[in-house]
Amino acid sequence: MQVKEYKPLIVAFCCNWCSYAGADLAGNNRLSYPADVKIIRVPCSCRVNPMFILRAFQRGADGVIICGCHPGDCHYTSGNYYTRRRMAALFSMLDFLGIEKERTRVEWVSAAEGAKFAATMNEFAETVASLGENKRLEDLRCKR
Amino acid sequence: MQRVGVFVCWCGSNIAGTVDVAAVAEALKNEPGVVFSTDYQYMCSQAGQDIIKNAIAEHNLTGIVVCSCSPRMHEATFRKTAAAAGLNPYMVEIANIREQCSWVHKDMLTGTEKAIILGKAAVAKVNLNTPLTPGESPVTKRALVIGGGIAGIQTALDIADAGFPVDIVEKQPTIGGKMAQLDKTFPTLDCAACILTPKMVDVAQNEKIRIFSYSEVEEVGGFVGNFDVKIKKKARFVKEDICTGCGACVEKCPMKKNPNEFNLGMDNRPAIYIPFAQAVPKVATIDPNACNMLKNGKCGLCARICAAGAIDYTQKDEIIEEKYGAIVVATGFNPISMEKFDEFAYNQSKDVITSLEFERLTNAAGPSAGKLIRPSDGKHPHTIVFVQCVGSRCDACAEKGKEYCSKICCMYTAKHAMLTRDKYPDTEVYVFYIDVRTPGKNFDEFYRRAVEEFGVKYIKGMVGKVTPEGDKLKVQASDLLSNKQLHIDADLVVLAAAIEPDKSARPLATMLTASMDTNDFFTEAHPKLRPVESPTAGVFLSGACQGPKDIPETVSQAGAAASKVIGLLAKDKLTGNPCIASSNELMCNGCSSCERVCPYGAITYVDKEFRMPDRTTKIRRVASVNPAVCQGCGACTVACPSGAMDLKGFANSQIIAEVDAICK
Amino acid sequence: MQKITKDQLVEKTVALLSDGTVSAVLGWSRGEFDYDITPAVFKTAEDLKENFVWNDFCGANFSKYLVAQTGKVEGKILVFLKPCDTYSFNQLLTEHRFDREKVYAVGIPCEGMADIAKVKEIVGDGIVSIEADGENLKVSTLYEDAPALVNAKDVMAERCVNCKSKKHVAYDELMGDDGEVIESNRFDEVARLEAMTPDERFAFWQNELSRCIRCNACRDACPACTCEKCVFDNPASSVENKAPANSFEEKMFHIIRAFHVAGRCTDCGECSRVCPQNIPLHLLNRKFIKDINEFYGEYQAGAEVGSRAPLVDYTTEDLEPGEVFDRGDKDA
Repeated sequence: MQVKEYKPLIVAFCCNWCSYAGADLAGNNRLSYPADVKIIRVPCSCRVNPMFILRAFQRGADGVIICGCHPGDCHYTSGNYYTRRRMAALFSMLDFLGIEKERTRVEWVSAAEGAKFAATMNEFAETVASLGENKRLEDLRCKR
Repeated sequence: MQRVGVFVCWCGSNIAGTVDVAAVAEALKNEPGVVFSTDYQYMCSQAGQDIIKNAIAEHNLTGIVVCSCSPRMHEATFRKTAAAAGLNPYMVEIANIREQCSWVHKDMLTGTEKAIILGKAAVAKVNLNTPLTPGESPVTKRALVIGGGIAGIQTALDIADAGFPVDIVEKQPTIGGKMAQLDKTFPTLDCAACILTPKMVDVAQNEKIRIFSYSEVEEVGGFVGNFDVKIKKKARFVKEDICTGCGACVEKCPMKKNPNEFNLGMDNRPAIYIPFAQAVPKVATIDPNACNMLKNGKCGLCARICAAGAIDYTQKDEIIEEKYGAIVVATGFNPISMEKFDEFAYNQSKDVITSLEFERLTNAAGPSAGKLIRPSDGKHPHTIVFVQCVGSRCDACAEKGKEYCSKICCMYTAKHAMLTRDKYPDTEVYVFYIDVRTPGKNFDEFYRRAVEEFGVKYIKGMVGKVTPEGDKLKVQASDLLSNKQLHIDADLVVLAAAIEPDKSARPLATMLTASMDTNDFFTEAHPKLRPVESPTAGVFLSGACQGPKDIPETVSQAGAAASKVIGLLAKDKLTGNPCIASSNELMCNGCSSCERVCPYGAITYVDKEFRMPDRTTKIRRVASVNPAVCQGCGACTVACPSGAMDLKGFANSQIIAEVDAICK
Repeated sequence: MQKITKDQLVEKTVALLSDGTVSAVLGWSRGEFDYDITPAVFKTAEDLKENFVWNDFCGANFSKYLVAQTGKVEGKILVFLKPCDTYSFNQLLTEHRFDREKVYAVGIPCEGMADIAKVKEIVGDGIVSIEADGENLKVSTLYEDAPALVNAKDVMAERCVNCKSKKHVAYDELMGDDGEVIESNRFDEVARLEAMTPDERFAFWQNELSRCIRCNACRDACPACTCEKCVFDNPASSVENKAPANSFEEKMFHIIRAFHVAGRCTDCGECSRVCPQNIPLHLLNRKFIKDINEFYGEYQAGAEVGSRAPLVDYTTEDLEPGEVFDRGDKDA
C-alpha cells in the first residue's frame, strides 16, 4: 500500500461580504497560504450550520475555520453575533467530547484584511498540521 | 439530472500561469452531470461569452460552472450571459480559481489540484441548483413620517417636493417639535422660530402633505412598499376643518390654571388651548382632563363663543387606515427626568432649571416674555451656574443617567452663557464641564468667543452639590485644573440634562419590527454605509431617534432619509434578491426560533390546516417568509432545528454537497 | 415513596372527568413489568380505577405528549406534571407547540423517582414485582424466596438525586404543597469531565457513545425534540438516519441533537432515563446549560413562558469562541 504524505485538509467557510472579499484581496496581493485551505462561500457566517462543520470532519477534514465580518460590521447587522454564540457553544462541546480544540476556529476578517486572511490561514494550517490527521470525528463509511 | 457545462478560464496567464487549465477541464468532464467542458483565454470577453452561449444551446445545458476569477468580479456577467442564452441566471456557479487559487499558490501541480477540487465543489453545488426568479411587489407611492419636529418636517417637505404624497403623524396638537421651543440656535444665533415657522407653514400649505396632529400610530402591518398603517386621531373636541384658530375660546375659557406643556409647566394655559401662536395646524384643542364641560357636563362657554361652531364635545377618537410604501421614523428626543438627581436640588428649588426651561425663559414668547428672571421670585439673577453632562457620560449612574454623550449640550450651554452675558453684562456666568466638545463647523470658534469675548467662566470639574439656602443656591464644586474646592452662591442653576429617545419610540419599534440599541435609539442598517435606513426594509430614520443630533445634522439626515424614500417610491415594482429563506411548511414546528433571529422581521406565522396520515386534519402554526423583506443572511436556517427553513441558492444540501466534494 | 397517593390522584381525576372539566387524562399505566411504567390516555373512570398507576417508576414527562394529544381530544386533556415536567411544559408553550386552552394541568409533588438500573445493581436480574413499602421498595425476584427490601433513597435516579427544582412553574391546579428551586450539584459531573485531559474525555465518550444503538429513544422521549420531521429522518437533509458502521459513528447524531436542544433543554433527564444502553446523555445537555450559564448568564429554559433562548439572542459584548478555552487557563 502506498503511504501518502499527510497534508491537512482545511475547510474555510467565508461570509460573502467581508471574509470572502478578504480572501480575494489576499489573492490580489499575491499573499500565499497553503492550498490545503478550501473556501466555501456563504452569505453570512450565521449561515454555517454545525451540521456542515461536523460533516466536514466526518468526511476527513482536519480543521474547520469560519470567517465572518467583525462583530458590529455584519452586512446583516446581527448575523455574526449569532455565529459567535453558536460556535462558542459548539466548540466548547467538541472540546468536551475530547476533540482537539485547535481544529476549530472562528476568525473575523474584514474585506480590507487580505494580509490577516493569509496570515490566519498559514497559522491555522500549521496548527492543524502539527495535530496530525483527524481521527476522532471521522466517519469511515462517509469517506470514499 | 442536470446537464452541466464547465468553462475554465485562463485569464491570460493569471490563471493559466499556475493552473493547468486543460487538465482542469479534462478532470471535470468526469464529474456527475457534466456533459461539456472546455477552456478559453478570456471567458469574460465577448468571444468567451459566445462559447458559453453556444454550448448552452448546443448541449441543452441546464447549469453551468465557470472556473474563473472571484464571483465578486464576474458572477453578474456570467449570469447575464446565461440569461441571454435562455438559461436561468441562478443556474450559474463560479469556481474561484484565480484570487483563491492561482494567485496564492506558486506551483502548477498544487494549483491544478486545488482548481480541480474547487471546480468539483462548484459542479456538486450546481447539480442541486434550482432556477430562481426574483420576487416582485408593487409600491404604494405614499410615505408616512412619524413625528413632526424639524426632522419630520424636513423629510416630509423633501419627499413632497419630489411629487409624492406624504402624511405626518404628530402626537402633539401642533407640529414643530423641540425646535419650536428653542430661542436661538448655535452657532449662528438666528432665532429658531424665524427659521422653523416658515417651514411649518410650507408643510401646511403643501398639497402633497397631510398632517395628522394629536395622533399616534396604532398598528403597522405589511412590508416594504406595502405597509398598512392604522393611525389613531385622538379626539380634540374641536372640528379641525372648521376652527379658524381665532383664539376667542382660549381667551374666555374659565379653567385657566393648567400647566402649560409648551412652556414646560412654567406658566398656565386654559383647558382649551393653542400651544403657541404659530402652531400648525392652528386649531384649538380641549384638554379633557381640565375641561369642566367634558368632566362634569357644566360650562359649554367655548361652544357658545365659537363663531365658526367648531366645538364638538362629543368627538371620539378616530382610526384612520392608510397604505404606505415607506415609513420614516422621526420621533426625536426628550431631556431625561431630573427627578432622581437630588444632588442638584432640582426638586427642592424652582431656581434649579433644565436647559430647555432656560430656553423658554429667554424666549420672547415664553412665560417671562424673554426676560431672564428667577422662577421663584421673578428677580433678576446675578450669578448663574451652568452644569454640563447632567446624566450624560455617566457610567456609574445607569439607573438615572445615560452612558452616552448627548452631544448638543456643550454647544447650547455655550450659547446660553454667551447670550446671558451679552444681554445682561452684570451677571456672572459659570460653566462646569467634564470636557468641552465642539467638533463642527464654527463650533469651537463659538465656544472660544463665549470665553474670550464674553467672559464666561469655564471651570473643568463637576458640581457636587446644590443646596438652597435663603434665596441663594449654594453650589459646591471642584475645579480640577487648580485642584480646589469652590463654593459659589448662585441665583440660578441650569442643568444640561442628557437627552433620550422619546418614550413612544420603543413601542413603535416593536410595531415596525425595527431594531433598537440598549438606549432605545433606532439602529441603522449599517453604521457607516446605510446610516438613514433601518435594517427593516422600507423603514427610514430621521433625526434624534437614531442618536443625539443638533439641528444641522438632523436636517441633513432628514434630507438623506427623504432621498432614500424618494428612491424607493420612484420604483413601480420592487425586485427582490431571489436567494432568500423559505420554510417547508410540512416540517415547520412553528417554534418561533427563526423569527427571533431574523434581523429584518421577515418571518411571520400563519395557522395552516394539514391533512394527517390518519385522514384527520390538524391546524398547525407555521413560519412564512416575506420575500420582499428577507435579505438572505441565513440566520434562521441554523436556528431551525428541523431544517424546515432553508436558504435558496445556499441550501443545506448545496453546502453539504460542496463540503463533500472538497473532503473527498 | 411518594407523598401523594394513587387514590388521591384517581379521586381527583374521576371528579374532573365526571364534571366535564376534562374529557381525557394523560397518566401512567403498567407496562410489561412493575417498573416499566408507560404513558397512557384514559377516557373513563373505570379505566382509571383499573389501570392508573402511581409509584416510584412514574418518571415519564408528559409535556411532550400534549403536542399530539391536544389535537386528538374534544375539550380539555388533564395532564399530571411533576415539578421538573412543568419546565418542559412552559418551554413547549414558549414554542407554541400546543394550545394551552386545551390543557388542564395538575401539578403534583414528587419525592424523586427510582432508577431500575440501580435496583438491579442491588438485587440482580429476574425482578418479578416491586411494591412500595414505607421508605423502602419491596422487590421480589425469580431467584430469591423472600423479597428484598431496598431503600428508595438508595436507588433514586441521578436526575432526582440532583433535582434542580421542586417548584411547579405551571399548573391550573396544584395537589399537595409546592416546593422551592433547589441549589443542586447537577453540574459536578460535567465539571469532573471538564477537568480531564482531552484524551481522557475522548476515551470516556468513546466508551459511552460507542454503546449507542441508534434506537432514537432519547430523541423520541425528549420534550425538546418535537420536530414535525427530524433532520435525521429526512432523506433530503443529507444527514438522514444510517445504520451504525463504526465505533464512533453516532457522535454527529448526539452532538447535533444536543445542539438543537441547546438553550431549550430544561434538563428534565428523559434522554438518560429512556436510554436502553444507560449512556449518560444528559451530560451533553448539561454541558450546554453550564456553558450558557457561564457565558451568557444564568438561564433556565421553561422557567417562564415566552423567554428568549440564549442561542437565539446575543449581546454585542459576548465572549469570542476562542475565549471559551482561555477561561479555564485563567482560573488555573
